[in-house]
Amino acid sequence: MLDARERGANYLVRHHYFRWPEALPWLIAIACFFVFPNRMTFGGQVLIMIMFALSLDLILGYAGIVTLGHAAFFGVGAYTVALASLRLGWSEPISGIVVGGILAGLAGAVVGWFILRYRGLTLLMLTIAFAAMLQESGNLRSDITGGYDGLPGLMFDPLLGTFQYDLYGHTNYWYVLTVLAVIFYFVRRIVYSPFGQALTGIRENVRRMHAIGSPVHRRLVTVYAISAAIAGVAGALFTQTNAYVTLAVFDFDNSAKVLVMLILGGTGRLYGPFLGAAVYMILEDYFSKLSPTFWQLGIGLLLVLAVLFARRGLLGLAEDARGLLTGSERRSFASRRLVWKRDSWSALGSSAFDGAVIGFLAGFAVNLKEADLMTSYVTGMPARAIIFTLGGAAIGAGINAVALLITGRTAVEEPPS
Amino acid sequence: MRMIGVLGLAALAFAAGGAAQAETIKIGVVLPFSGANADLGHQIDKAFDLYVKLHANDIAPHKVELIKRDEGPPTGAQAKTVATELITNDKVPILTGFVFSPSAIALAPVATQAKVPMVIANAGTAWITNLSPYIVRLSFSMWHPAFPMGAYAFNKIGCKTAAMAYTDFPPGKDSTEAFKTGFEKAGGKITDAIPMGSPVQVPDFTPFFQKIKDEHPDCMYVFIPSGAHATGVMKAYGELGMRKAGIKLIGPMDLIPDNKLQDMGDAAIGTIVMGHYAVDLDSAGNKTFNEEWHKAYGKDSYPDFMSAAGWDTMHAIFDTIKKLNGNVSDGAKVVDAMKGWSADGPRGKVMIDPATRDIVQDEHAMEVYRKPDGKLGERILGTTKAVKDECKELKVGRCGS
Amino acid sequence: MPHFAIVAVSILFDGMAYAMFLFITSVGLSVTMGLMGFVNLAHGAFAMAGGFVVVSLTRSYGVGFVPSLIFASVLIGLISARLERRLYRRLYKSTDLEQVLLTIGLAFMAIATATYFYGPIPRSVPLPDWLEGDVNLGFRAFPSYRAFLIAIGVVLIAVLWYAFERTNIGAKIRAAVDNRRMAESVGINVDRLFTLTFAVGSGLAALGGGLAIQLFGLTPSFAVLYLVLFLIVVAVGGLGSLKGTLLAALVIGIIDTGGKYAFPVAGNLFIYAITAIVLLYKPTGFFGRE
Repeated sequence: MLDARERGANYLVRHHYFRWPEALPWLIAIACFFVFPNRMTFGGQVLIMIMFALSLDLILGYAGIVTLGHAAFFGVGAYTVALASLRLGWSEPISGIVVGGILAGLAGAVVGWFILRYRGLTLLMLTIAFAAMLQESGNLRSDITGGYDGLPGLMFDPLLGTFQYDLYGHTNYWYVLTVLAVIFYFVRRIVYSPFGQALTGIRENVRRMHAIGSPVHRRLVTVYAISAAIAGVAGALFTQTNAYVTLAVFDFDNSAKVLVMLILGGTGRLYGPFLGAAVYMILEDYFSKLSPTFWQLGIGLLLVLAVLFARRGLLGLAEDARGLLTGSERRSFASRRLVWKRDSWSALGSSAFDGAVIGFLAGFAVNLKEADLMTSYVTGMPARAIIFTLGGAAIGAGINAVALLITGRTAVEEPPS
Repeated sequence: MRMIGVLGLAALAFAAGGAAQAETIKIGVVLPFSGANADLGHQIDKAFDLYVKLHANDIAPHKVELIKRDEGPPTGAQAKTVATELITNDKVPILTGFVFSPSAIALAPVATQAKVPMVIANAGTAWITNLSPYIVRLSFSMWHPAFPMGAYAFNKIGCKTAAMAYTDFPPGKDSTEAFKTGFEKAGGKITDAIPMGSPVQVPDFTPFFQKIKDEHPDCMYVFIPSGAHATGVMKAYGELGMRKAGIKLIGPMDLIPDNKLQDMGDAAIGTIVMGHYAVDLDSAGNKTFNEEWHKAYGKDSYPDFMSAAGWDTMHAIFDTIKKLNGNVSDGAKVVDAMKGWSADGPRGKVMIDPATRDIVQDEHAMEVYRKPDGKLGERILGTTKAVKDECKELKVGRCGS
Repeated sequence: MPHFAIVAVSILFDGMAYAMFLFITSVGLSVTMGLMGFVNLAHGAFAMAGGFVVVSLTRSYGVGFVPSLIFASVLIGLISARLERRLYRRLYKSTDLEQVLLTIGLAFMAIATATYFYGPIPRSVPLPDWLEGDVNLGFRAFPSYRAFLIAIGVVLIAVLWYAFERTNIGAKIRAAVDNRRMAESVGINVDRLFTLTFAVGSGLAALGGGLAIQLFGLTPSFAVLYLVLFLIVVAVGGLGSLKGTLLAALVIGIIDTGGKYAFPVAGNLFIYAITAIVLLYKPTGFFGRE
């Protein structure tokens, strides 16, 4: 019988070697080049976002640090490269991103040393404050940073002396993909090392880690610095591929967006960022062509549904599905079907009521858009009022019924904790 | 016999080649359709659609197809991606739109490399037209309204001293720099320049205005992005009783957006702005423009300076298509055809300066007053004709490169 | 009056008006987070919704400004109560991150809905005559609206203080904040308390939103634009503390106003600097619990 330490070591060794499904995202990325050669400008930006989300996964998924200010490090990397090119004439791209990453990493180490003593809301606000202060300071010295109009017309040398930037973004795509692969390899090694396990320990039970003498704070600062460095490299690549940077890289929106992407894909799984960033950006690109308002509604709805039904992101869903198919969960799922409890009816009724109210208000609002008068709504157009109300009720009850059938519980009960 | 046949064939071929092929010309439209600035994009989009609808026959047998993409937030990255794809995927020969300066700035090198003209319908940073020989601007530069306002304020309004307050981002700095240059040239003295926070959030203007009130300048020049800021400025100005204290409010036309004027109340009366467009502007082109606008979009919808610029932009593009007989694949030729273009539009007479590829237009000093029917309106006090972008004329800062 | 004193009075007055807006809108968030441990980032959306209700009532139905404010607060309060029961309650035991994501998702949906019905154009409200204009005290004219804002703030502070410190319900709430299990074992229906507090907090947010229209204009993005500001007030003041929120609102309001007067180039730097300094020295805010 193996003892705990041997089991732990076995786990690490087993996961340390590459498993064949891991090649999949890379194959897809390479395939995209040949299948969608005209969308490589967009593709390059997706890869940069994946890198950014990966850096966040390191601290959020593995160390459990929630931050809404990671754009700060993205921005440090972005501006390092821009200012080096503009003011120092240093336009060699590869050394540029290395320097950008190092500077961002240093910033991460310094900031992290101060703020990683805290948790929860305090830490969150400190991360927000830092990114915002960086942006405001940048605006203060807009003579250097170009402010919100930024630094245009940046020039970078051809890659390795030969590969020039082209209009179709082909060179950039391979460039970013290669850098992503290198960084990913590095991150993967960290995660499946004793250091990575320590991080997971900190995330799961920080008190115990303290109790066993693990240097928690030092570990957190280290991983925060590494994560900041990676975010910095992503930012540097952003500047290089766009040949342009503005203070908007520090926006709160960017920090929030990358968080959403990561959650969507699933945290703590290394490939979550790939899925989440790609899905988010592709959906955004698609829907913003159709109707931007619906995009915002859609992403909001997606987030709500994700938290309610898919807590571990898309990868989590995929794992659940695989579990269903390979039988480990199949039995429990099958026996879970049609567990119709007595108060399922009241749950349905409750959601029907909610649906009715929302339907009624929606009809009212539609009327507002057209006629601007309330009186005509109920008395003048009773048909519309009734249709909206009943429709809302039906939808409300319907959603709950579907939820019940699929997950075995209604959207009203609390999930088993 | 054979000779005649060959000649005949040659003649036929010549005629066929010379005659216009009926093309559908794709025009890439890059405007913000989402986010907080979506209303700006819509104002221009509506003008584009209206012009295309009404003047489709002008370029017969050719047709125009607008391919619209979301410019995104004012960071430039999305605009660049989207516009690059319009060039590489949809192969558009002409790009237009561009509300935000960063978008145009980001795209300039791509336009040069791909040799595709960018016909700018809004972005106002002065040196944008210097960034690429393929950029033509139909809208304005910050200097267009601000520089003449400087001279006008000193000479005609009687401002010997002026304080400036501006939203702290490049258009604000450009506009105040332009005003300052013009004002000081005329003999005036600037007492203070106060940055008023970021363009994203509307700040509480009271502390900024209170400080200016304490300094007692004759006039206060204010630049803010059009929209919610404008109403906030007017309210703060009114609440602090600044007009009663003898401080006149002046600024570019962004200060009095046409669709917010009625909300501003009595505080706005007496404000003097310099602008190239107002809904009340008395020009033949504007009358038609307003009529068609109300017919298409309802009597409660108003065009503004952005829609006017959008209208003229599409007009210029259409005239160029006609001039080149539908052959718009050579970007350099398109740009050349636009140089020197002029027309009578909603703004009055407008022209493209062949030297800078920027717009030349009249700037009107307009004062807010209460019309007999009780509504607020703007009346023209004076006009500076054919204003060029002084930033490039005087080669100030980046405009000189 | 000496110039320096006039400036000081101006900054105090304007700062207090701004602080009252911050307090009214943020106090609900503070109590919710302190009492229920629930991070509700949709709080800004409630404020925005309240603002739009006021806009509709005053512009489309000609209802007076003050009655509209009251109606909006009550309406949003009721809606939020329902939301709490059906949706939020499920997530009390979830991680902070999940609560953040759910409520942000709700906020996005609210913004999209508001954009659909009201469009992105900024809105304003018609004010009654007694709120326009100013009160002239000789050395400076004080805008009536801001004086009104301060007055409402003071009244609300008094009412809330009284409710918290002197009534039964207030005692129950304080008990539940201190130690939920003990409170439950003593027979206090904590669930119902939560719903009530949440409803009142959201109603106050709606009131704040309605009052903000005159100050900042209202667009659907209001829900997220000012959210960071509210979070700052709550974090700096300390979760679940009325005193803390008030103090934080005053400090931020007055220092921000003063900063804008004296060093306008710094922009929002002052607010974020205060946040960082306070939190680094006292991570739980002014009056937060450890």
